[in-house]
Amino acid sequence: MSSEWTAEKITLADRLTIFVGTIGKSLSDRIIYAGQLAAFSLSTFYWLFARPAKKETLVGACYRIGVQSLPVIMLTGTFIGMVLAVQTHPQFKAVGLESRLGAAINLSLVKELGPVLAATMLAGRIGSSIAAELGTMRVTEQIDALASMGPNPIHYLVVPRFIACLFMIPGLTIMADAMGVLGGAFFSIKLLGVDWGYYWDYSRHAVSQYDVFAGMFKSIFFGGAIALVSCYHGFNCDAGAEGVGKASTRSFVVSFVMILLLDLLLGIFLDKIHVAWFGGGAKSVV
Amino acid sequence: MADQEDLYQDDSSAAEEPQWEGQVYTSADGTRRVLRRRPPVLEACGLGVRIGGRAILEGISFKVRKGETVAIIGESGCGKTVFLKTAIRLMTPTEGTVLFSGIDLGKLNGRQLSEVRCRIGFVFQQAALFDSMTIGENIMFPILQQNPRTPLKELNDRVAELLYEVGMTPDVARRMPVELSGGMRKRVGFARALAGNPELMLYDEPTTGLDPIMSDVINELMVRVRDNHKVTGIVVTHDMKSAKKVANRIVMFYPQSRLEEGQPQIVYDGPSDEIELSQDKRVTQFVEGEAGERLMEMTEAQHAR
Repeated sequence: MSSEWTAEKITLADRLTIFVGTIGKSLSDRIIYAGQLAAFSLSTFYWLFARPAKKETLVGACYRIGVQSLPVIMLTGTFIGMVLAVQTHPQFKAVGLESRLGAAINLSLVKELGPVLAATMLAGRIGSSIAAELGTMRVTEQIDALASMGPNPIHYLVVPRFIACLFMIPGLTIMADAMGVLGGAFFSIKLLGVDWGYYWDYSRHAVSQYDVFAGMFKSIFFGGAIALVSCYHGFNCDAGAEGVGKASTRSFVVSFVMILLLDLLLGIFLDKIHVAWFGGGAKSVV
Repeated sequence: MADQEDLYQDDSSAAEEPQWEGQVYTSADGTRRVLRRRPPVLEACGLGVRIGGRAILEGISFKVRKGETVAIIGESGCGKTVFLKTAIRLMTPTEGTVLFSGIDLGKLNGRQLSEVRCRIGFVFQQAALFDSMTIGENIMFPILQQNPRTPLKELNDRVAELLYEVGMTPDVARRMPVELSGGMRKRVGFARALAGNPELMLYDEPTTGLDPIMSDVINELMVRVRDNHKVTGIVVTHDMKSAKKVANRIVMFYPQSRLEEGQPQIVYDGPSDEIELSQDKRVTQFVEGEAGERLMEMTEAQHAR
C-alpha cells in the first residue's frame, strides 16, 4: 500500500493555502465559540427570569461559592495589601512621599487589584470546580438523566450557580479589599514605620465612595462572567477524564481573559461616568 | 398468542387487514380472531440524526405499541443510544419526528416537554445517579418533580417500596451512590425510573458490564416492569439473551456508514423468537455473534482513509 504514496514538493502556494486555511479555521472556531457562549448566556438569562431558582440548590451554591471561599479570599487580600506595601514603599520613600503610601495602596486595592485578583482567585477556585463538576455530570450522563426527569438543566444547574456568583463574588471582593487594607496598613505602619495618622488621613482623601462602588460594580460582572464561562465549559465537556480536565483548564483561561477584558472596558466606562457626574478626572494620590 | 401476533402486524399491508380494535376477522391460517391493535406509545417517523456532519440515523420509522417491549439491537456505533436520546429529545433530530402518545415532541415548548418527560422513565447505561444526593433523594427526585408538595412520610414509604421492588433494603436509602456496586447502582437507577409511574420505560444497555447473575436480575426486573406494571418499554442492548427474554419484538439497526444510499437502516423488525429465521446475513451474523469478514472490512476501511 505504501508504494502508492509519492512524495511531492510543497510549493509556496501550498504553504500559503495551508496558512490561510489554518487562520480561517481558527477564526471561524472562535466565532462559533463566541456564538455558542452567547446563546448559552441568553438561555441562562431566560431561565433566570422565567422561573425562580430552587431554594435548596441556591443555598447550597451560595454556601460552596461564598462561605467556603472566604478563607482563601481573606488570605489573598491580606497578601495583596502587604505586597503592595513592600513594592511601593521604596519608591515613595525615594521621593519623600512615604506618608502618602496608604493612599496608593488603598486606592489600587479597592479600585483594581482587590476586585481583579479576588476574581482571578475565584475563577481558579470556583470556576474550575464548577466546570469539573458539571463536566463530570455531563460525562456520566447525569445532566441527561436530569433532563429526562423533567427539569431544565440550565434552570436547575446553571441558574443557582450564576445567582450565587453574582451575589457572593462582590461580597468576597469586599472581604478581599478589607483584608488588603488591613494587611497593607499593618505592614506599612508596624513594619515600615509609616506614620499612622498620615497613612489613614491620605487614604481617606484619596479613596472616594465612588472608587469603592466601582470595584464592587466590576466584581458583579466578573462573577457573572466566571459563572457563565465555567458552566458553559462544564456543559460542553468532551468525553472522558481528559475532557473534564480540559473543560476545567479552559474555563479558568477564558474566565481570566474575560476578567481582564471586562476590567478594561468597565474601567473606561466607570471613569467616563465619574467625569460626567462628578467632573474632573481621577484623584491623584500625590 | 393470538393477541401477541396481532400486535406485530405490519401497517404497510393495512388495506388487507382488519382496521379497528374489536373487529373479528379470519387470519391466513383460517382461524377467527379478534383484532386487539393497541395504540402506539412511541412512533418514529423518518427520523434522522447527524452529528458533526456524519449521519448516525437516517430514515428510522417504527412504532412501539402500548404494553409491548421492543429491543433495539445492533453493533456499536449504529445509533441505538442516539435513537433513545432522540426519542425524548435529549438530542434534536435533523429530520423526521417522534410522536409520544400522538404528541409531536418537536412542537412542544420547554414546559410541555418537561411534562411529557415526566411520563417517561429512563434507565441509563451507568445508572447516572446524582452523586451529590443520597440514594433516597435520587429516588424521590422524579416524585418531587411531579408533585413538589408530597409529604415526607409518603416519599419515604415510596422509596422503601421501590427499593424493595428492586431487591434492596430501605437502609440503602441513606447511602451515597459512590458506596454502591455497579449492579446496585443499576437497580437504584431502575427504582428511580419507576418512581414517576412512567408510561414508557427506556433502557440503555441495562446489562452491560454486569456479571451473568446480575444481568439476569436486571432482565427479570424488566420483565416484571412489563408484566406487572404493564409499562411499555424500549431496550437498547447488545445482549441477545437479554433481548429475547425481555422483548416481544426486536428491531435491528445497521450502521449508517456501512449502508449504500437508499438502503434501510432497520434490517429486522419482527417477533423476538423469529429472529433466527431471518434470511438477512447481517441479522444472523449478529445473532450468532460471528465476525465473518468484518475484521477484513474494517481493515480495508482504515486503508481507504
